[in-house]
Amino acid sequence: MGEKGTVWLPEGVSTLAPEIDSLFYFVFWVSVVLFLGVVSTMAYLAFRYRRRSPREIPAPVKESTLLEVAWVTVPVILVLIVFNWGFKSFIALGVAPPDTYDIQVRGRQWLWEFEYPNGTIATNELRVPVDRPVRLIMSSTDVIHSFYVPVFRVKQDVVPNRYTNVWFEATRTGEFDLFCTEYCGTQHSGMLAKVIVLSQGEFDAWVESGGGDLENLPLPEYGAMLYQQQACFTCHSTDGSVTIGPSFQGLFGSQRQLANGQTVVADENYIRESILDPQAKLVQGFPPVMPASYSALNERQVSALIAFIQEQQ
Amino acid sequence: MAQTTKPQPVLQPAGAGVAGHATVNYLNQEKGIRSWLLTLDHKRIAILYAVTLATAFLIGGILALLVRTELLTPGATIMGPDAYNQVFTMHGILMVFAFLVPSAPAIFGNFVLPLHLGAKDVAFPRLNLASYYIYLVGAILIAIALVAGQVDTGWTFYTPYSSDPARGGSVFFLTMAVFISGFSSILTGINFIVTIHKMRAPGLTWNRLPLFVWGLYATSIVQILATPVIGITMVLLFLERAFRIGIFDPALGGDPILFQHFFWFYSHPAVYIMILPGFGIISELVATFSRQRIFGYRAIALSSVAIALLGFFVWGHHMFVSGQSAISSVLFSLISFLIGIPSGIKVFNWLATLYRGSIWFQTPMLYALSFLFLFTIGGLTGITVGVLALDVHLHDTYFVVAHFHYVMVGGMFVAILGGLHYWWPKITGRMYPETPGRIAAGLIFIGFNMTFFPQFVLGTQGMPRRYYDYLPQYQDLHVLSSIGSYVLAAGLFLILGYMLWSLFKGKPAPANPWGSATLEWTNATTPPDAHNFARTPIVTRGPYDFHLAEQVVGGDGARGDGATVSAHTPQSP
Repeated sequence: MGEKGTVWLPEGVSTLAPEIDSLFYFVFWVSVVLFLGVVSTMAYLAFRYRRRSPREIPAPVKESTLLEVAWVTVPVILVLIVFNWGFKSFIALGVAPPDTYDIQVRGRQWLWEFEYPNGTIATNELRVPVDRPVRLIMSSTDVIHSFYVPVFRVKQDVVPNRYTNVWFEATRTGEFDLFCTEYCGTQHSGMLAKVIVLSQGEFDAWVESGGGDLENLPLPEYGAMLYQQQACFTCHSTDGSVTIGPSFQGLFGSQRQLANGQTVVADENYIRESILDPQAKLVQGFPPVMPASYSALNERQVSALIAFIQEQQ
Repeated sequence: MAQTTKPQPVLQPAGAGVAGHATVNYLNQEKGIRSWLLTLDHKRIAILYAVTLATAFLIGGILALLVRTELLTPGATIMGPDAYNQVFTMHGILMVFAFLVPSAPAIFGNFVLPLHLGAKDVAFPRLNLASYYIYLVGAILIAIALVAGQVDTGWTFYTPYSSDPARGGSVFFLTMAVFISGFSSILTGINFIVTIHKMRAPGLTWNRLPLFVWGLYATSIVQILATPVIGITMVLLFLERAFRIGIFDPALGGDPILFQHFFWFYSHPAVYIMILPGFGIISELVATFSRQRIFGYRAIALSSVAIALLGFFVWGHHMFVSGQSAISSVLFSLISFLIGIPSGIKVFNWLATLYRGSIWFQTPMLYALSFLFLFTIGGLTGITVGVLALDVHLHDTYFVVAHFHYVMVGGMFVAILGGLHYWWPKITGRMYPETPGRIAAGLIFIGFNMTFFPQFVLGTQGMPRRYYDYLPQYQDLHVLSSIGSYVLAAGLFLILGYMLWSLFKGKPAPANPWGSATLEWTNATTPPDAHNFARTPIVTRGPYDFHLAEQVVGGDGARGDGATVSAHTPQSP
């Protein structure tokens, strides 16, 4: 149970998924039995006692205290069993084992930022080692978000001004969906991320390299990678369509009409300034919502993004 | 006796000669727009509510169709993300606050309660009219917010997203709308409780009350105790936005989870406000169309009160993953299971009522049977999300969306449709057409399941709710769900059509077409007189004592139409 996906549940990829899935199927099948009992009884009785003549008046049926007691007692026993099981698994979900590998998580509109103990920061891709308990210490910088990985069966709200925790131990390598699941605005459904489970060796190498062998990556390729990782795609398309910010298609070298009436050319300096200080030259017709956090990008990253944008014709 | 045909120079009013039909009744005894807008007659107030609520439902329903149409494809289908987020928000607000919360008490409670009690009207008729106008102001404010746009917080208004003053000025209109319409709910609750205590006809003891009255009584308790909390919460949200006090906004030192506690402290009992009258309606339908006493009358009556009271202790089951303490979550889960038991008791007792009954498959009964099917699914899936470890996976996914639509639409709204068809003859004096009625009931049953059952699977497979865009693997189920919504809509528009048709061309209804045994059918004409009863009834039997139904004392029109009870009754004393 939990190795492969079924009609109801995706495959389970965490150590707790099997027991949660067993609980789900227990509740599911007991519910099916109860439901079929109700519906078949209803169908049988309705048919068996259907009105045969407009004037018939059945004799009143005597009530049965025994029956009342029975159908209170049996459901109470069932719910207590299910409560107890759910409670035990809930505690398991909520209490991390000792010796977890801890990762900081910052949720913001509309991306996820993951910070590793050695200072490596990744955006929208959560790399974790397989077969090792991982604990996430999470906080939001703006509104409430929620961290949800369906295949791990874990979820926890990510709240501003406090830390919440979630832990899991992945049982196989692969790439899995990570959703924000507390409504947080326009791009709530665009806040997609991935959990990338690596073998311990691959994971260690990735973390130590500061997030990938980027030294030798050509600038436009590096820029394309950052375009995804830094979630620029959430607001800036490359196909000309306008979502929240201007499209990158044809941007480089074009005339930009600013909100203050000025006109400027979108050259390297303009793009650099717009990344590091977004409100400095606000283009007319767009809301001032680009976050100031990109001022933390380093020189090479900015150059890479400029190169990438320049390629979008 | 020779029949003489004579020329009929004067057109007979429709319904003349039909047993118990009154051509002069509350609908035409007073004329003119002022007699309607300033009426103190509970039956006319019910109609005012019905028209307004139907409009709210129509708008909310169209918004739902827009949501489902957008979700036919990932990415943009007919609108952008901001528009979508506003559409689902307004759908929820209209359906919860402007439709479901008032619905059964305001329409059927107002119309039927005094009749069930043998009373002339409710205890405070002017307060009753005031309740309607207060609700209307709230509804108009919601409509303004809808037009002005910019509200995309979801009907739950979670902070700090909703307390940011830069966000949508229409949040102001909505917080005011909810605050104001809450008073309508509170005043109706007070009115009903006093009416039930003080205006029962002689002989109508608590144990002889129709179960619809018990349902309204339980609902009224919740309305009075819970609604002030949402009112205050809305005031606090307004103050937060206007004066930046720092109650909920963490940037100002506030606690966003506190808002969730305040909000759900009302909104969970609110879901019981939304369903308890429905349980009452189902009791009436099952009894009448089985022509059998409700099995376990006392169990059903007291389980309503139990649900009303226990409902105040479970709000935290909406917040298992919010960051609240584990101990809180454990307690809320345990009590949530306990509150499922009384609901189960009701379902089993209704089933047992069918035993040795005389089941009549008229449209209201089809809705009652649909209710048993759909509410059972809704209730069992409620138990499922009450299981702590499972809710971690299922919270904020489509599983929850499916669950609450099964109980609110498949449960309460289906009960409303059943009650609508059941009481339509009494309210309007016309029969609705039975065959279209059955077809519509079928379309609604099929369309509803097609819309919402796939959403359980979407949820367990991880599809989050309130998502404008989604991964391609979820598309097939979304398409199935959207097609179902069109089938459901077809059934609903069919009802709208034939109900309007029946107002002009429907068969005039007799006093008691269903052979029911409660006072509105046995002791009042169809439609009722403005003062309900010619003489106060004196009650000597229970509400479902069909075998004694001929013992109606002081009845005004009791002969049924094809459902007469005279053949088998014992000799009158």
